[in-house]
Amino acid sequence: MAVLVRIPIPLRRFVEGRPLVEAQGGTVSEVLGDLSLRYPGVHQRLYDGSGLRPFVNVYLNEEDIRFLAGEQTPVKDGDLISVVPAIAGG
Amino acid sequence: MFSFTEEQIRRYSRHIILPEVGGKGQRKLLSSRVLLVGMGGLGSPAALYLAAAGVGTLGLVDFDTVELSNLQRQVIHTTRDLGKPKVLSARQTIEAINPGVKVLEHRLRLSSANVMEIIGGYDLILDGTDNFSTRFLLNDACVLAGKVCVYGAVFRFEGQVSVFDPKQGPCYRCFVPEMPPPGSVPSCQEAGVLGVLPGTIGLLQATEAIKLLLGIGRPLIGRLLLFDALEMETHEVRIRKNPDCPACGQDARLEEPRDYAHACESFG
Repeated sequence: MAVLVRIPIPLRRFVEGRPLVEAQGGTVSEVLGDLSLRYPGVHQRLYDGSGLRPFVNVYLNEEDIRFLAGEQTPVKDGDLISVVPAIAGG
Repeated sequence: MFSFTEEQIRRYSRHIILPEVGGKGQRKLLSSRVLLVGMGGLGSPAALYLAAAGVGTLGLVDFDTVELSNLQRQVIHTTRDLGKPKVLSARQTIEAINPGVKVLEHRLRLSSANVMEIIGGYDLILDGTDNFSTRFLLNDACVLAGKVCVYGAVFRFEGQVSVFDPKQGPCYRCFVPEMPPPGSVPSCQEAGVLGVLPGTIGLLQATEAIKLLLGIGRPLIGRLLLFDALEMETHEVRIRKNPDCPACGQDARLEEPRDYAHACESFG
């Protein structure tokens, strides 16, 4: 499946500055894995030793994957995955 | 209900002629009390417009004094205000814009010891803080007190806005369950932010605040608005109430607010 991934600005330096990147996979986990393979540097920002960093939210289309099947959530062609890190500036 | 003075009718005429506001709505604004936590990049523009709109009482929380590096975005303060407490500087600007607004200065750091008493005096809270630990503390307090909090946050060229109403929807910690670990990320001072960005986000917060006070429109409850200034795009995702939320979940054992270890944020 070809899925678009929305890249937050702090990570765009690892993906040639692009706001949207295409990646392949049948689940959210596979898509993010493919993204990490294509763009080294993304992986360690998204994951720590135990999985997705808890302050990084991932949405499939509009829905938080924590309320779907987490990283095992299946994706289909044309879906949009958004990576949204928690920010706190004011 | 009180009647308007001649001056108020003229000052608020562009509100009063809106059917969705009218005299009734303007009176609601004039009798409302909003607490702005943080008189920085978000709180500055929000305070200017809430004051102009005639929100009757504005509480301002900030411990800091005005520094030169603030003035690139904290537009309620001016070069003449350097060195002044931010709450004083903001108060003087608000009073110049609209002397009908009552300003209450809370020059302090929000902590578990004072947060409940401070928020207790207000109808609505606007979160314009600049760090995770204060956001967590403020959220706990709003959940405990059942107060609605209009959330905004910025980083570099991106911003987020939502409305956390613990009675009807998710809270901040349904969205951010855990703080980024200290040291995992560069400090706030190193991060940088496009000066106009908190202006945009702070005014979206002020817009939501006024809608909530008036009871009009569809607020951002359960919705996170994401703003990307570089692409000039917005999009929206859903924030669901987390049944296991450490603050508002069914097993949350929140009895009083607590202080969180300071973690300065950012990512990448």
